[in-house]
Amino acid sequence: MSGQSLYPRLEPLLAQVQKPIQYVGGELNAQVKAWDDVAVHWALMYPDAYEVGLPNQGLMILYEVLNERPDALAERTYAVWPDLAALMREHGVGQFTVDAHRAVRDFDVLGVSFATELGYTNLLEALDLAGVPLHAADRDETHPVVVAGGHAAFNPEPIADFVDCAVLGDGEQVVGDVTDVVAAWKEQGRPGGRVELLARLARVDGVYVPRFYAVSYGPDGAIAAVARTRDDVPVRVGKRTVMDLDEWPYPKTPLVPLAESVHERMSVEIFRGCTRGCRFCQAGMITRPVRERTITGIGSMVDQGLRATGYEEVGLLSLSSADHSEIGQVAKELADRYEGTNTGLSLPSTRVDAFNVTLANELSRNGRRSGLTFAPEGGSERIRRVINKTVSKEDLVRTVTTAYANGWTQVKLYFMCGLPTETDEDVLEIAELAVEVIRAGREASGRKDVRCTVSIGGFVPKPHTPFQWAGQASAETIDHRLRVLRQAINADRRTGRSIGLRYHDGQPGVVEGLLSRGDRRVGRVIERVWREGGRFDGWSEHFSYERWTAAAAAELAPLGLDLDWFTTRERTQDEVLPWDHLDSGLDKEWLWDDWQDALSEEEVADCRWTPCYDCGVCPTNGTEIQIGPTGRSLLPLTVVGR
Amino acid sequence: MARQPDGPPPPPTVQKLRLRYAKRGPLRFASHRDLARALERALRRAQVPMAFSAGFSPHPKISYVGAAPTGAASEAEYLEIGLARRCDPEQVRAALDASLPAGVDVLECVEAAEGGGSLADRIDAARWRVELPGVEPGVLAAAVDALLARDEVLVAKRTKNGLRDVDARGPVASASTGGEAGCAILHVVVRQVTPAVRPDDVVAALAAVADLRPPSPPRAVREAQGRLDGSGTVADPLGPDREARARCQGEHAAV
Ligand code: SF4
Repeated sequence: MSGQSLYPRLEPLLAQVQKPIQYVGGELNAQVKAWDDVAVHWALMYPDAYEVGLPNQGLMILYEVLNERPDALAERTYAVWPDLAALMREHGVGQFTVDAHRAVRDFDVLGVSFATELGYTNLLEALDLAGVPLHAADRDETHPVVVAGGHAAFNPEPIADFVDCAVLGDGEQVVGDVTDVVAAWKEQGRPGGRVELLARLARVDGVYVPRFYAVSYGPDGAIAAVARTRDDVPVRVGKRTVMDLDEWPYPKTPLVPLAESVHERMSVEIFRGCTRGCRFCQAGMITRPVRERTITGIGSMVDQGLRATGYEEVGLLSLSSADHSEIGQVAKELADRYEGTNTGLSLPSTRVDAFNVTLANELSRNGRRSGLTFAPEGGSERIRRVINKTVSKEDLVRTVTTAYANGWTQVKLYFMCGLPTETDEDVLEIAELAVEVIRAGREASGRKDVRCTVSIGGFVPKPHTPFQWAGQASAETIDHRLRVLRQAINADRRTGRSIGLRYHDGQPGVVEGLLSRGDRRVGRVIERVWREGGRFDGWSEHFSYERWTAAAAAELAPLGLDLDWFTTRERTQDEVLPWDHLDSGLDKEWLWDDWQDALSEEEVADCRWTPCYDCGVCPTNGTEIQIGPTGRSLLPLTVVGR
Repeated sequence: MARQPDGPPPPPTVQKLRLRYAKRGPLRFASHRDLARALERALRRAQVPMAFSAGFSPHPKISYVGAAPTGAASEAEYLEIGLARRCDPEQVRAALDASLPAGVDVLECVEAAEGGGSLADRIDAARWRVELPGVEPGVLAAAVDALLARDEVLVAKRTKNGLRDVDARGPVASASTGGEAGCAILHVVVRQVTPAVRPDDVVAALAAVADLRPPSPPRAVREAQGRLDGSGTVADPLGPDREARARCQGEHAAV
């Protein structure tokens, strides 16, 4: 019978695995609805471990939005660690949801949110454990519709064989549209079977159904054309954009796990989108335009969320939180409201300017003043012009010094290496910068124990960005630059001990690059890696570079391609990119011009404060920038924990 | 010099409450750390006026006593909290219970009596009920007889310092059996020792003496914790606080 609990069969297995709590659900604010009361059943998956997936905002939002509908239910499922997966196969227990431990196989829709492409092997593992055919073509109308979402869905081509649909853009409204389509089709007695259902879904704005688009390749290996195979589906699929965030104050009751998770705090998204124009940043490009939540909207979400969760810390989330038009007032009024409680407020990593230190001081009024994070991203002024994240060295040092002088003892600086046009010298400037920051910081604060942590990872060019044409730096280049950087930092004994270096080596980035800019032919590489045991590729203890390179060589050679073709090769202007038929709103010509500007180290200003530079998003989507100030302020209220 | 928090030091503890709570159903898979985190959040949600330690990362005053292992359910977990403002214990119990996920249930709350000694001093044994699915009661009864006939049975146990042989028989104060066809039940009272002897150690001892090997993992529930008295029963560790309270209310009534 559909929708039955697998728990009685799962329970004996849980006694034999690591951290069983992650599989039992029962989180605060979790919901279980009766199976037979609703028409459409959604399983929502985050394809990584529970501790990483549970705090994911996107999934939490859709979980609430769907469960609020009287005709739908949503339950969550996460990647299962290999110890439990082996027991599940041995005992014939399928991939299950943590809420009511129902079989994923029984659901109408399996929505998978991809924050990163490294979750692809976990998708295959979950499908296989669920008893759902890996290939979309092999599924019938009794199988769930597998829908990919999240940022990686803007190029779902590498997983086109495994998913039935991909959804572009904001999920809040489109999940409702998909629910309506599935409900109507079921109600009518499933006319036309699975193909008809998918055809109907393909006509929903923002839904891409890969099987209705045929890809052909030219003699050089590049894509010749992508053509739709039925004329009732769009030529290009656009993205969805929620315009008024205040109308979508989700999550209202964030999930609070018993198990430890990566974020021991709740988050409130204060705006969506970003027009700073950092050229490496896919998130900024594909989420345009900027849409702010109002100060009053933020205030009530913080209040309601704290009451619903009991968390002690609230993160004010966005791509660049200090850019909210009323951030000064938001910070001050929230700090006033929670003064004298143990509630901490925080902004994620910030742009480098003095205003951010002021903000951080305000938010830390309750006493926690330990670490502050800045993200200059590029080591030299030159490379920062290339990536359009311009800040001078003097400003950088001055800002960090101000932080130390204000009592912050730990400053973390985020960088990338392997950026287009980068040389060793650009990266070596990071060391100079760190040394200078420590010297000036000691002087300004009068303390010897100020610390600076340099955190650096390899850059991966992403679709729908000006760098989508760039050749990716090889793993060897990345590892070489990290090595010279480490030597340079350690060279100065007087400061070396105050500077920490955290880095990710280059190999996983190459695989991420293959999966980010790959086309449908990369699917067979993913499948081979999974068949050979690849899982949890985001975890260094599970990731195997050799497995990926061997699989890529074996699967791509017969096609006359190789790993480099997808990663280190620079693309030309006329090349058909695998995601060209997926429309993020950005004008391809504008992207190309911005790429050329990057190469000539030319900057572009933010369209919030300077005139529109015609990236294409607003006219394509009929959207507009939504920013304040609103001039409103927060009302006083009684506060939890005072 | 380290920066000091501005403002006055946190208010002192004016009342200590002792709570008994259960972990039930799927939440038996919660570890002690998981439970501690959930309890601390629930105390905030319930707006219990906790007393805090001083300093930059003030901690609420909570002390836990002898947590049941991950995978074992319990009807008798204990903790003590310090409050900055006096509260009605029953109201605290109800508010906290409502703020916790179903499966972590707050069963009792009493005020600690002045000078009554610590909660930890009132606990030196636990009574367990262990279900053994797939084991016949007769088989279990014979194995338990074999165990009780010994003075010592060494089992390998994973401790912080690696595998170690511990005596799983010595701390067993009493054991009896029951259950029905297809699922035997072991009732066992175990004294508190270091390293702790848990139900799975006792089951391992049954395997050692009688080759009893349950086909699927046993399910243990801790039914009680407290002092083992002369008659072999485990006394209620909140009893003395409750009696003191009753006495004191009696005195008030007499006035
Ligand atoms: S279209 Fe113009 S206003 Fe809209 S996001 Fe692009 S640059 Fe900014």
